[in-house]
Amino acid sequence: MAVLRVKFTKTKRDKLAQVLWILNWISVVTGAILFSLGLFLKVELNKREELMADRNIQYVPNMLIAVGLIACAINFLGGKICYDCVDSTKFLRWKLIMLPYITCCFFFTFCVLVGALMCYSMRGELEESLRLGLTEAMGFYKDTDTPGRCFLKRTVDMLQIEFQCCGNNGYRDWFQIQWVSSRYLDMSQKEVVDRLRSNVEGKYLVDGVPFSCCNTDSPRPCIQHQITNNSAHFSYEHQREMLNLWMKGCRQALLEYFTHIMQSIGLTVLIIWLFELSVLTGVRFLQTSLENVLRQGDPESDSDGWLLENSLMETARINLNIIKSLGKCNQIDTGSNGDPNIDVPSSSKACYGPDNVPLKQSPEAS
Amino acid sequence: MVLLKMKFNQQRRVRLAQGLWLLSWLAVMSGTFVFCLGVYLKTELVRRAEVMDNTEIHVVPNILMMVGLASIGTNWVASRVCQDSLDASRFPRWKVLLLAWFAVAALICCLLLAVVVLSYALQGRLEESLKVGLRNGIRFYKDTDVPGRCFQKETIDRLQMEFRCCGNSNFKDWFEVQWVNNRYLDFTAKDVKDRVRSNVDSRYLLDGVPFSCCNPASPRPCLQYHLTDNNAHYSYDFHSEELNLHHRGCRQALTDYYMDLMNSTGPGVLSVILIQVSVLLSMRYLQTAIEGAMALESPEGDSEGYLLEKGVKETFEDLKAQVLVMLKFDQAEAKAADVCPEAAEAEKGADNAAEKAASPPPPS
Repeated sequence: MAVLRVKFTKTKRDKLAQVLWILNWISVVTGAILFSLGLFLKVELNKREELMADRNIQYVPNMLIAVGLIACAINFLGGKICYDCVDSTKFLRWKLIMLPYITCCFFFTFCVLVGALMCYSMRGELEESLRLGLTEAMGFYKDTDTPGRCFLKRTVDMLQIEFQCCGNNGYRDWFQIQWVSSRYLDMSQKEVVDRLRSNVEGKYLVDGVPFSCCNTDSPRPCIQHQITNNSAHFSYEHQREMLNLWMKGCRQALLEYFTHIMQSIGLTVLIIWLFELSVLTGVRFLQTSLENVLRQGDPESDSDGWLLENSLMETARINLNIIKSLGKCNQIDTGSNGDPNIDVPSSSKACYGPDNVPLKQSPEAS
Repeated sequence: MVLLKMKFNQQRRVRLAQGLWLLSWLAVMSGTFVFCLGVYLKTELVRRAEVMDNTEIHVVPNILMMVGLASIGTNWVASRVCQDSLDASRFPRWKVLLLAWFAVAALICCLLLAVVVLSYALQGRLEESLKVGLRNGIRFYKDTDVPGRCFQKETIDRLQMEFRCCGNSNFKDWFEVQWVNNRYLDFTAKDVKDRVRSNVDSRYLLDGVPFSCCNPASPRPCLQYHLTDNNAHYSYDFHSEELNLHHRGCRQALTDYYMDLMNSTGPGVLSVILIQVSVLLSMRYLQTAIEGAMALESPEGDSEGYLLEKGVKETFEDLKAQVLVMLKFDQAEAKAADVCPEAAEAEKGADNAAEKAASPPPPS
């Protein structure tokens, strides 16, 4: 019982081959799109690599790039095959390659689906990476004189200005780290010394934030220092002041940004996967119908095309048997106590074929 | 003396028509390019319209958009003419239109040249407009409670951060205006009262700048207030501190930005002018060659193509004479209408004859 048997006339076969030729070339273009999407994601991740801790998130854009390149190659070959399939003599060239090609295509389409799903699953790792990376970057904000870390101040400032965010979870993160370098602190002043003594690690902690946290929508000139002290500023209540600084945390802002990109890319890849699947189905029908034509001998006749010759269960059973017997061929037959000179009739016919084969009439050369 | 005569056999005429068809479609695309350029420039100017005082500079993108559209239409007509040129029955209907076509194409080339010249000439006007606009913006920075001006603070802050600039000419412009609103000033504090009394207009002036002037590239956390007081900050020297705030004035930054934009479009516009001029010249050759061929007994034979039937000076004299006669004709009609109708008609008849005798046959 074949799976999805369809009858194909000669014209139908030719049309199918032509349509598949065009679809394969469109697939080459979609493969290029996949490649460029992977490249875009890689560039975006690299732009912010200073703010991300070392995590395994590069595998997603790398996978997309690899899949895109393979898609271009496979569909280019598919286009050539379908172009030749219109002529049944040229089909003979590709006859032996077609089944392995279709199997490769099937596994490749599976890889495309995996790539699409990976885009959605990357979020958790990304969040962890951003949390660690931002904490580290804010910790090194003051180290503008340390080579290797001197640009972190600028990076964090530009990030907070561009994404309109402040700190890791909120602006209070800045209260817990020393973001003013010791070289700009006057150690002779009493106030500075008091602050340094007030905590265990001897850090100069203030209830202030860098200027890049200032909100441009505020009607009032920005209040950066002594934020929690209501009496330090005229007509100011720190609990009710919402417009003075950016309220969002930078981790959330960056996560939203990357999630948005990856959702769009994931959706595009899913659509491409559906397209590749339909091309694969078409090529399988074309292959089976052309093979049946060759079996019947008449190139102009109708033939059947199908997805699988037998039902799914039978095909699985047959394939499993083939794999099992392949294994058996390599084992030594222990029926005759291991002596290779004694003739023992072979029990597995799949290895060398049955012993009594009737003489076949030699077929007419076509 | 015919200007730039060339011989055309049938095959060359066909080639010329085909080449001109391709060239005119190329010119259509370059017209689209010019239009898109105009649209882009206009949107960039409109985005910063709040800091500009007048819209004189908008004439550059307006001309570009108009010329782009006109060029698309003109060159599309040229491609139609090419398609009909090799068919002797369809070509004559384009005869009258071609005269107008040459005038429009020449006008397009002149306007494009004018745009290139204008984009350099208007730099001074742009700077003036920005100077006044930015001065107003800085003055109304504090008026976040006045309807109509409440967005000036946000505009100026975003401008200073995006273009990495501070103030009009430099950051000291902020020292001369009150940029802190009165509702955030505690008038019972001594410091505030002193500052307000220290100048004639009772403004709260301070040697500080808004946060948007801060330079992110500075190694030190930003110093916004008490900028001229070296003792207010540890290890700080006002004269040698260069990285703390943005150095450039916003007027300079914006002028540079717009001049760069217009300069980078210069080569594109010049190549569009080149394409348009070559379409114009090829069309003239095609027209004269085809008309010459149609006048022959055998239309397949050789004909001559030229740019002008007479030399440049003579053609110019002819045109001048024609225009003068047309003017005199109008003047005579106006005078006669005052006197009496019959006399005017008699004069009209005499003038007609004189015109027919005086004016040579126009170049075809």
